[in-house]
Amino acid sequence: MAKYHVSATVNGDDVEFLCEPEQTLLDVLRDELHLTGTKEGCASGDCGACSVMLDGRLVCSCLLMGAEVGDRNIETIEGMANGEELHPLQQKFLDYAALQCGYCTPGILVAAKALLERNPDPTETETRFWLAGNLCRCTGYDKIIRAVQDTAAEMRGE
Amino acid sequence: MRYEAPETMEAAVELLSTDDSAYVLAGGTDLLVQLRAEMIDPGLVVDVKQIAQMRSVEQENGVFRVGAAVSGAELGENEAFKLVWPGVVEAFELIGSTQIQGRATLGGNLCNASPAADSVPAMIAAGAIATIHGPDGQRDVPVEVVATGPGQTSLGKGELVGSFLFPEQPPRTGDGYLRFIPRTEMDIAVVGVGICLSLDDAGICNAAKVSLGAVAARALVVKEAADALIGTPVDDAALANLAEAASAAAKPIDDKRGTKEFRIQVTGVMARRAAAIALARAKSK
Repeated sequence: MAKYHVSATVNGDDVEFLCEPEQTLLDVLRDELHLTGTKEGCASGDCGACSVMLDGRLVCSCLLMGAEVGDRNIETIEGMANGEELHPLQQKFLDYAALQCGYCTPGILVAAKALLERNPDPTETETRFWLAGNLCRCTGYDKIIRAVQDTAAEMRGE
Repeated sequence: MRYEAPETMEAAVELLSTDDSAYVLAGGTDLLVQLRAEMIDPGLVVDVKQIAQMRSVEQENGVFRVGAAVSGAELGENEAFKLVWPGVVEAFELIGSTQIQGRATLGGNLCNASPAADSVPAMIAAGAIATIHGPDGQRDVPVEVVATGPGQTSLGKGELVGSFLFPEQPPRTGDGYLRFIPRTEMDIAVVGVGICLSLDDAGICNAAKVSLGAVAARALVVKEAADALIGTPVDDAALANLAEAASAAAKPIDDKRGTKEFRIQVTGVMARRAAAIALARAKSK
């Protein structure tokens, strides 16, 4: 079976890859483009570890076929920091120790960034509902929620 | 497995017609899970998201046509649609997480044919019509006839649901959808109830439609429940009759998410509460 030739934009860079129809976008990111920051948790859309942005929408990369993303714009955790300079969310997650094993963290950071771009001043309830699709089995979530809320306040200049 | 992304409905129908093992890919939130679990083995996946009419929401004279591949996030951001059909939008938005909302579609929710599909009772109550495209052209059917049982639809070979038509609302019409789940988010309905009702200028209900989800092999339309509201001011007595009729119509299974007895009782409770929401919305128009 012929592979599919796909051109897309990933973190602002034009990329091309070959993929099998059985490969998900997550498989392509990790195995073809070697962007391993995006994690596979459940591979069924339940845990959010594979969260990426697709044309400005938060999605699970495990629920997309790689062949689907031709000409689309994808943003992953690798595009979040500006060189050596961490995104405010990344810095705040470190400050608050809002991670333990860290496996869910890339997905949560991508999801939290998407929230703050839409809503710079989310309530705690809004933050918890927005992140309900990102499972963390270590932290109990409180530190994550506080880190996101405080980043929002900092980015608002408070 | 082959992947195709046709740009026209005709091309999609052609592809689906010529391959017996073809599956439609819309949001993929069910299809990719089923692929991964090896529940299905398609020879061809037809991605319908490049077909413009399946991705658009159009409004003309109070009638909305919603493409079957419009995502929950997109419909939720459509203020005009939300204003007229808040119950449909709320039902759709109950499906999954933020990530799932970015992909999940009304057409997929219907054609995956889960008895617990949240958007389906809401669409049925709204009187939505599914426009089906196939080798013999297009046909319009009420949403309630599309799913026939768990994972089963009435779609013929080569057919797909292209869009949904939401009819013009009579004056003072409101809709509501409620479901029961054991937690607050991210779960499958144990019971779901969609209700749409209209009031005359004296506040008496003159039209109603009630649909139940997750309490039978497919979403039910319960005429007796609607009749309990019609001709009344939707007062406590009418709501009690509604609850009784809704519970009587529920034919649920026992499973880990709820016993049969519990589901029957909760059906009545959810019906009352959904009717109260629909009533308040009808009165506010």
